[in-house]
Amino acid sequence: MSLSALFVLIMLGATVTYMLGRSRSLALANNLGGIRHLHSLPLYYGAQAALWCLIPCLALLAIWVAFDDSIIRQIAIQYLPEDKQNLAPQELSLLLNTIENIAGGVTSLKATPEMQAIADRVVSLQRLSSILLSAIVLSSLVLLSGWGWSKVKPEYRARNSVEKTFMIFLLGCSTLAIFTTVGIVFSVLFESIRFFEIIPLTDFLLGTQWSPQTAIRSDQVGSSGAFGAIPLFTGTMLISFIAMVIAVPTGLMTAIYLSEYANNKVRVVVKPMLEVLAGIPTVVYGFFAALTVAPMIKNALHGLELSLLSFSIGPLDVSGESALAAGLVMGVMIIPFVSSLSDDVINAVPQSLRDGSYGLGSTQSETVKKVILPAALPGIVGAILLAVSRAIGETMIVVMAVGTAARLTANPLESVTTVTVQMTTLLIGDHEFDSAKTLAAFALGLVLFVITLGLNFFALRIVKKYREQYD
Amino acid sequence: MTDKNINTIDLVNKNLKKRYRAEKRFQAYGILSICFGLMCLVFLFTDIISKGTRGFFYHYLPIEIHLDAEVLGITDTNDVHQILGADYTTLVKKRVYEIFEAKKRKEKKNARTLIAIDATGYRIQDLLKTNAASLLGTTITIDALVDDKVDFYLKRLGEKGEPGKEYFNEAQLLLIGKLLERQEGGFNKSLNKTFFTSGDSAQSEEAGILSAFMGSLYLLLVTFCLSFPIGIATAVYLEEYAPKNKWTDLIEININNLAAVPSIIFGLLGLAIFLSFFGFPRSTPLVGGFVLTLMTLPTIIISSRAAIKAVPPSIREAAYGIGASKMQVTIHHVIPLAMPGMLTGTIIGLAQALGESAPLLMIGMAAFIPDVPTAITDPSTVLPMQIFQWFRNADAGFSEKASAAILVLILFLVMMNALAVWARSRLERRW
Repeated sequence: MSLSALFVLIMLGATVTYMLGRSRSLALANNLGGIRHLHSLPLYYGAQAALWCLIPCLALLAIWVAFDDSIIRQIAIQYLPEDKQNLAPQELSLLLNTIENIAGGVTSLKATPEMQAIADRVVSLQRLSSILLSAIVLSSLVLLSGWGWSKVKPEYRARNSVEKTFMIFLLGCSTLAIFTTVGIVFSVLFESIRFFEIIPLTDFLLGTQWSPQTAIRSDQVGSSGAFGAIPLFTGTMLISFIAMVIAVPTGLMTAIYLSEYANNKVRVVVKPMLEVLAGIPTVVYGFFAALTVAPMIKNALHGLELSLLSFSIGPLDVSGESALAAGLVMGVMIIPFVSSLSDDVINAVPQSLRDGSYGLGSTQSETVKKVILPAALPGIVGAILLAVSRAIGETMIVVMAVGTAARLTANPLESVTTVTVQMTTLLIGDHEFDSAKTLAAFALGLVLFVITLGLNFFALRIVKKYREQYD
Repeated sequence: MTDKNINTIDLVNKNLKKRYRAEKRFQAYGILSICFGLMCLVFLFTDIISKGTRGFFYHYLPIEIHLDAEVLGITDTNDVHQILGADYTTLVKKRVYEIFEAKKRKEKKNARTLIAIDATGYRIQDLLKTNAASLLGTTITIDALVDDKVDFYLKRLGEKGEPGKEYFNEAQLLLIGKLLERQEGGFNKSLNKTFFTSGDSAQSEEAGILSAFMGSLYLLLVTFCLSFPIGIATAVYLEEYAPKNKWTDLIEININNLAAVPSIIFGLLGLAIFLSFFGFPRSTPLVGGFVLTLMTLPTIIISSRAAIKAVPPSIREAAYGIGASKMQVTIHHVIPLAMPGMLTGTIIGLAQALGESAPLLMIGMAAFIPDVPTAITDPSTVLPMQIFQWFRNADAGFSEKASAAILVLILFLVMMNALAVWARSRLERRW
């Protein structure tokens, strides 16, 4: 029986048990003279019985599914001839994969008779496992349902028990956030530690050479396998800086205008329109940056070069994958982020401060510059920090609009590469999990995670501290 | 005394003009930055729409073709294998040579590269699949697909510099020119149905978004089924049940931090935990859904908490007053009243998930998958990943497909956001 069918059956069984439990409690109550003689409402008796058969059956199903493949694998190893059993773990797992594929009905593989025989046995084992699973789950479903039904008694505190289960479910769901963080930390940290066993930490953080191509042949050219991440950090910083140069003044002025000057009509129209910029998928921005903005910059600078710059600087070499295009587009993407965050902060400045300033005869812009901005500064700094962390972690725009050549430069017209671009290039496609190349991606991920976490932490601290001032 | 007063006023008056100018300037900066933002929006959308709509259309050349059973090698019209394996390429090629009057080898080559032979062959195959018996041996008129380079050139005919011209040699340009001059039977431009009805393909003429679209739907389904209940449960716990202690603080800090973790990090998590450790199949909506659930949960939790907070305490107290238990208050009163807000938050979270690409890149969803997925455990790709794939393809035809797919994705997003706005305005109750 297929898994989904089993799942549906379990659900059906639980529903039936619910109805049985409920009707039994009602029948018992009738004998006693009404449901007021029960401890809980009938539906709780039903729910309790249903939970008793639902939870163990689902747990059984999950455990079985989690382990049956590895157990079958272990048995399949036993079937292998002696010399194959002692193979290196990787070759062994490759061989087992082939056998499983043959068992799964992939006909394109050439199967030797022995392998076919093992595959046949694996198929029969899988069939056995499936039959056993169905039998065990279904029988326990029936048994547990009967047991749950028999537990229904007027004095039984069904409601308390159901509510406790509900409470545990809620608590379990809310701890998922913690598990996610732990999962991120562990997955990134472990692989990074393995990476730093191969490449020393100082080489990684302080090296200026990045060329992750490890040699396939020992005499290969250009395969030094250097993992110095400085060029990636500077590239990321350059692009984030360009983005911030666009986003911070524009976003801030937008927020000031919308909260201090604009009337309600304008605000209602303009604000959601700007928010649209934040809702556009990053892949669209990347496409836009690479195919529209980058050629535009190239053409514009080419024209400029002919007229002006060639006299002073000399010929400009504009790369088609310049940092400028990606930075500009990223800046545009972040404008609504900065503006809505600073809007909140500016609105939180108490009206009395404004009134005091106007009372002294200052103009609106003077009030903004000399009273509101200083008062809102911590919040604005927090907003900017959050925006920076957003820019550093942004992936698709840079993957699409920026090259992969690591170059140590501050020239926005050259092509640079960033941490996120390298992470994707290292991990896209088939890869073995142990090479320094893939592990490097996790080390970069660790750096990214730590930096963004630090920025967010500081930003939230600053914002929180500031908010308390006027409460 | 009076002297000093006059002096102060003078001082103020002297500076007044300057101050008013500064005021005007400051306002102008504000207006300018808003205009900049709006202009970017308009520019982005005109660019996307003008490029995208182009991708929905394609140029066809109607040709009359005799379905010769001998050339095709079909002897039995009931044999499906014969129809599927028949030699359509030769049939179409022959006819194309006739149309372009190509006799020499070079002429033949010139003619052959103007028409998408294989894609046209598939069209004939599709026709024969349904009624081979009646069609075989007759002459039919079929819209042959032009080559993607020809399509690129034809779509940009009036433009400056004649983009796409560099793809062709003199003789080919002459052939195209001849067809363009024809009044009847020349190129016609019509809606590219293949784009909506087929999956990805190595040939840009045959590539469509159906597989990516279905993949996106499956992904959203998985994400919704997981993130909606978990998000609501977490929000209910934190708002209604959680005691004020360190554990609750820890949960809240974690949720706030996860909301700001770069999405690519979630991809690493998916790769290391779901793929390597648990061994879930690569490139499937199932794993993608897991990763995106973790990513969208903070959004859903934060908006659900706001919705629960908005339910006035008097409702809870009234329910307690008539003897409801805590769970009854929550399930019977708080959750239904907060549901519109929670749904809005969930839709916004799902819209975010729909456009997300970086984490999916990490778990191998940027793969070439021509088949339309039929289950959440089938390998599939999603719309943003399909756009990325086509973007990376050097062929001119694919870039056009990518812009058309962007338009589809944005339409999808607009629909979801409109749904959220509608839900907010129609269902949400103000207290």
